Amino acid sequence: MELATQIGGSVTDGLAYLGALASLGGRAAYFTFIGPLKGKPLRFQRAISQAMQVGVLALPILSLITFFIGLILALQGAYELRRFGALNYVAGAVAISMTRELGPLITAIVVIGRSGSAFAAEIGTMKVTEEIDALETMAINPISFLVTPKFLAMLVMLPCLTIWANFMGILGGSVFGVAKADFTWPRYLEASLDALFLRDIVTGLIKSAMFAITVTAVGCHEGFATGGGAEQVGRSTTRAVVVSLFLVILVDLVFTALFYFLSPS
Amino acid sequence: MEQRDNPEPKSEPMIALRGVRVSYGEREILHGINFDVMPGETLVILGGSGSGKSTLLRTLVGLEKPTSGEIRLKGKNIAAISASEMDELRKKIGMSFQGGALFGSMTVGENVALPLREHTKLEDSTIKVILRLKLEQVGLSGFEHYMPSQLSGGMKKRAAVARALAMDPEILFFDEPSAGLDPIIAAGVDQLILELKKAFHMTIIVVTHELASAFLIADRMVLIDKGNLVAIGPTEEIRRSPHPRVRQFLDRVAEPEVAQELDYLQMLTEDDHRRGG
Repeated sequence: MELATQIGGSVTDGLAYLGALASLGGRAAYFTFIGPLKGKPLRFQRAISQAMQVGVLALPILSLITFFIGLILALQGAYELRRFGALNYVAGAVAISMTRELGPLITAIVVIGRSGSAFAAEIGTMKVTEEIDALETMAINPISFLVTPKFLAMLVMLPCLTIWANFMGILGGSVFGVAKADFTWPRYLEASLDALFLRDIVTGLIKSAMFAITVTAVGCHEGFATGGGAEQVGRSTTRAVVVSLFLVILVDLVFTALFYFLSPS
Repeated sequence: MEQRDNPEPKSEPMIALRGVRVSYGEREILHGINFDVMPGETLVILGGSGSGKSTLLRTLVGLEKPTSGEIRLKGKNIAAISASEMDELRKKIGMSFQGGALFGSMTVGENVALPLREHTKLEDSTIKVILRLKLEQVGLSGFEHYMPSQLSGGMKKRAAVARALAMDPEILFFDEPSAGLDPIIAAGVDQLILELKKAFHMTIIVVTHELASAFLIADRMVLIDKGNLVAIGPTEEIRRSPHPRVRQFLDRVAEPEVAQELDYLQMLTEDDHRRGG
């Protein structure tokens, strides 16, 4: 009976958490899409500076990581394919794996580490120093002021970063392809593009948009939920990263399954 | 002299509390507070730690909702108005928080200009002039390009006051303005409050436990103890009050930790019982 109570409690806590995220996401979406129509400011400047932080500054590390991931994919794929004398399929395998799955996912993970934690830390610190209270007493909505610019920036930057990640992954795979699989550069790229359907790229981008919403919601929620003191900010930041990682994988599962069942056989 | 039909109407209180109760979850912090604040007066809310004075201040500016009772700010009951009405009211008040609560990612000037940028359609050049005026009023001329982290404690408080003054508020709230400041800097902050009082005839509410500051700036004082309003009156009356809790607070009498001898004895013997069995 104890176990049942505990499981039940965890489930309701989990659902309550998702509810809180949905509420935050909903309000952020309101201020992003509907607010401007009602004359509320869109805070472009802040969104652009967030976009710099979230997107542009992540390019170096993302490029390196996804380049290596592409190379790893090629090596792992070739490990099996060479048994069937089918090494020429490596290009397509890497391209499809990157665009459908690893491009969006690895990008999301890098962004969680860089920005998901930063969102929680920034908002959490503001909560502890009463800056959020100050915003409210100045009749400035904290969600509109703090979350919406991040939301916009992530929604635009994550798909852009994903496209770049896809490209870097294919590039990484080409290193193997040219070195060990009898490809020339142009032919590897041609083989990669031939294997791809538009839906491979589009499904990947839809996933990255969903990841953007998830990471922003969790990071900001943990920030607002910070208790008092510096130690609590550390806890919020850690929670933001861990919960984001889990929820991104969950969202990934849901959409991958969805696309599987929706696609023509 | 002309006869008038009605006598001169009495001033409406700027702030009026009736039966205000505030709880955090299960715990009730404020047990039915009643008082008025008249326009143009400076009211100091005194109280020890845990007395509920900070909760009272937060409730007055709408950061906490009372569980029951009425709070009328300029005649409007803030416990019952809509969010947009509350926002309109908030544009007429200013609050200076304990640590300043300046936004660390913006300069002092940008901090002070923020309410103006958010709520007015003034041109940047006009906003610049206003913010420089406000900074001068608090004695921070020339510091508009400094980041909050570059300011000392006293300067942060002044910058916070400048920001609270940006929209020319009718009511100004201060949360522990002298906390953490050395006596000289604290005196400077007191002087600032007195100058604001004289120059603008604002209604000022100050929460503090610094007695020297309180007696200097207050027209009237309120003592909150354990969530109850224990005393209220003009400064001199409070200074001379015979009420035991007031005297204890003003004369800095240390409070006994345990009220009853029996409780103390029980506390000592309880542990033995649990260990010994």
